[in-house]
Amino acid sequence: MSPQTPPPLEIHDLTVAYHKKPVLYGIDLVVPSGRLVGIVGPNGAGKSTLIKAILGLAPPSSGWVKIFGKPYRNNAKRVGYVPQRESVDWDFPVNVRDVVLMGRYGRLGWLKRPGKADREVARACLEKVQMLPYANRQISNLSGGQQQRVFLARALAQESDLYLLDEPFAGVDVATESAIVNILSQLRAQGKTLMVVHHDLTTARKYFDMLLLLNMRMVDYGPTDEVFTYEKLQATYGGRLTILSQVADSLSQEKENLPVGP
Amino acid sequence: MHPNHPYRALALAGGLLLLTAGDLSAAKIGDLSDTRFWDQLIRFFSLRDPSLRYTLTASLFLGTCCGLLGSFIVVRKLSLMGDTLSHAVLPGVALGFLWTMTKNPWAIFVGATLAGLLGTVVVHWIHTTTHIKEDSAMGLVLSGFYALGICLFTMIQQLPTANKAGLDKFLFGQAAALSAEDLWMIGIVTILSLLAIVLFYKEFLVTSFDFGFAQALGLSARFFHYLIMLLLALSVVIALQAVGVVLVSALLITPAATAFLLTDRMHRMLIYASLFGMGAGVAGAFFSYLGNSLPTGPFIIVAASTLFALALLFSNRYGIIPRWIRNLSRDRRIQIENTLKAVYHVREKNAFSIDGIPVKALQNRRKLSPSEVEKEIRQLVRRGFASMDEPDPEALPDRERKLFLTPSGWETACRIVRNHRLWELYLTESVRYQPDHVHDDAEEIEHLLGEDIVRQLERRLNYPTRDPHGKLIPSLQDLSKTPLAGPSR
Repeated sequence: MSPQTPPPLEIHDLTVAYHKKPVLYGIDLVVPSGRLVGIVGPNGAGKSTLIKAILGLAPPSSGWVKIFGKPYRNNAKRVGYVPQRESVDWDFPVNVRDVVLMGRYGRLGWLKRPGKADREVARACLEKVQMLPYANRQISNLSGGQQQRVFLARALAQESDLYLLDEPFAGVDVATESAIVNILSQLRAQGKTLMVVHHDLTTARKYFDMLLLLNMRMVDYGPTDEVFTYEKLQATYGGRLTILSQVADSLSQEKENLPVGP
Repeated sequence: MHPNHPYRALALAGGLLLLTAGDLSAAKIGDLSDTRFWDQLIRFFSLRDPSLRYTLTASLFLGTCCGLLGSFIVVRKLSLMGDTLSHAVLPGVALGFLWTMTKNPWAIFVGATLAGLLGTVVVHWIHTTTHIKEDSAMGLVLSGFYALGICLFTMIQQLPTANKAGLDKFLFGQAAALSAEDLWMIGIVTILSLLAIVLFYKEFLVTSFDFGFAQALGLSARFFHYLIMLLLALSVVIALQAVGVVLVSALLITPAATAFLLTDRMHRMLIYASLFGMGAGVAGAFFSYLGNSLPTGPFIIVAASTLFALALLFSNRYGIIPRWIRNLSRDRRIQIENTLKAVYHVREKNAFSIDGIPVKALQNRRKLSPSEVEKEIRQLVRRGFASMDEPDPEALPDRERKLFLTPSGWETACRIVRNHRLWELYLTESVRYQPDHVHDDAEEIEHLLGEDIVRQLERRLNYPTRDPHGKLIPSLQDLSKTPLAGPSR
């Protein structure tokens, strides 16, 4: 990557507050191109807030965010977003195809309707997440895993370079989880950059190239091998010993079974 | 069967309208002479009365406008917002009056809209800066603004100078007293709303469904939110004089909720809601025209609510009556399939050696009374699943009455038995049930298994021929091995 090309995501001294109560302090972060980055931390660590701040949905009280060297507003088209599944009303009167087509809306100008090309993109994206047979289903008839696939298809339809995914593995079945992991690595292979909020430490090591350990501030950030250590996780999760001891167990087991990193 | 077929819903809507018209007018005929009724009907539809023309046009416009905007507030769970707005505009109406000291409709319109917008801002402010939730915030604004409005109205009534006649029509609504200027305002707001929704449909759709995602797309989600709120405030203000403070929210919510029962696509919901709104508007105008002093607004809402009630009863997906009919026909099908299965069992007991089975044997198998079995047999014969060999009891007193299945009846019988036994085998082999636990479950499932699931089960169980109890699982080949003879005469 040449030094002139701005990185997909650069965050400088970002602080975010809700009702004057800071939830994220002084985040500094540069995400290089083509990486799959996991955001890990305990509940209330500000993982979703970080994603929302990057997208401009949670206004920062200080600091700035740049997407490919520009403020978010100017580069919104280059960012794909998968919100948490619970953030919408699944009884809303739309079908699966309607939802995926919404991924195209950012590319259509004012007063334009999605055309034939957009429908074709939506179809291809539904096929990628194996939801094409459900294209005409009303969204309330979907299972949790299917809802998550629809959201992922909508983000794919955005055809972006940087993807932000908020808990895409929360409450989905095993088949959906592995399908999503597959798609994420395909996107990385195409040179896309991905940031994923994740709360399962046991799989975090396996899924991601880089990890961002977050607990209201940035505890550490770097390649997974360097960051995923007992000391750093303890610093992130504080005194939550039950989680830590579980992870310590799985760490020691994995060290015995799989001595090699990526 | 498809619940969203547009024509079906339109036909339903038309039918419902006719029904309401029929019912209510019938009640009216009692105190009007027939000639008077027909006379009125002709006068209504020929639009000879200028005041009727105003009322009718206003009702059509209001129905469209409120149906469209109401759809958005219903799907956004902001139904209470319509009520909040209609109450919050009252102090604005009073201030608009005090500003000009006349009933200048434009001044009142501006005052009311500003007050409505102030109300929404206060609701938003309370629920974003405190931990009081949105419903409480709306309740606070609704009652507070309304009370202030009533106080101002009372003060105006005591002023010596002003020409204050007719201010109370904002409280109770009086569609028949609309002026040409009122009608202009109603028309302009309706056309603005229609235009905004047609032009910005995709923006309104995505901001309503997923606000955060719309913002992330780079759309000005906030702008479109406020645009909807502004249009909503305008439509509440124009509807106020026609139906009154309390009923405005019904005009917004009822047609939209009716449409929501009938479709699950937003664009269809918008179309249906405006059609229902217009239908209710015409019905309301008509009934209030029949009697001289009947109020239009309440009649519009009664018509809209009747439409809702009918949709609740008859809608394909949620309707109580279609569901009842579906259950009834399912129960009947299950009963027929059980009779066919009993015939199979009787034949199986005799190693398929006899074709026609005696009615007595079927009755023993089904454990039913003779009359009940006769009824079941009649059902089978009527549906072409069986035929009866009925010897003349006087000529051949010894011969039994026998039942013969037709090829389609025999196929159905085999299918049900196959489903039953496949399911039993699946439960014992794959789910590890005990063989004596599986029968009751299979009794239910046998009627529900589709062909594709049966294929899957067969593949999974490696095309079995025997169930857990060692009995034959009939397949299509077995069918051809046991050819059927018709009744021998």
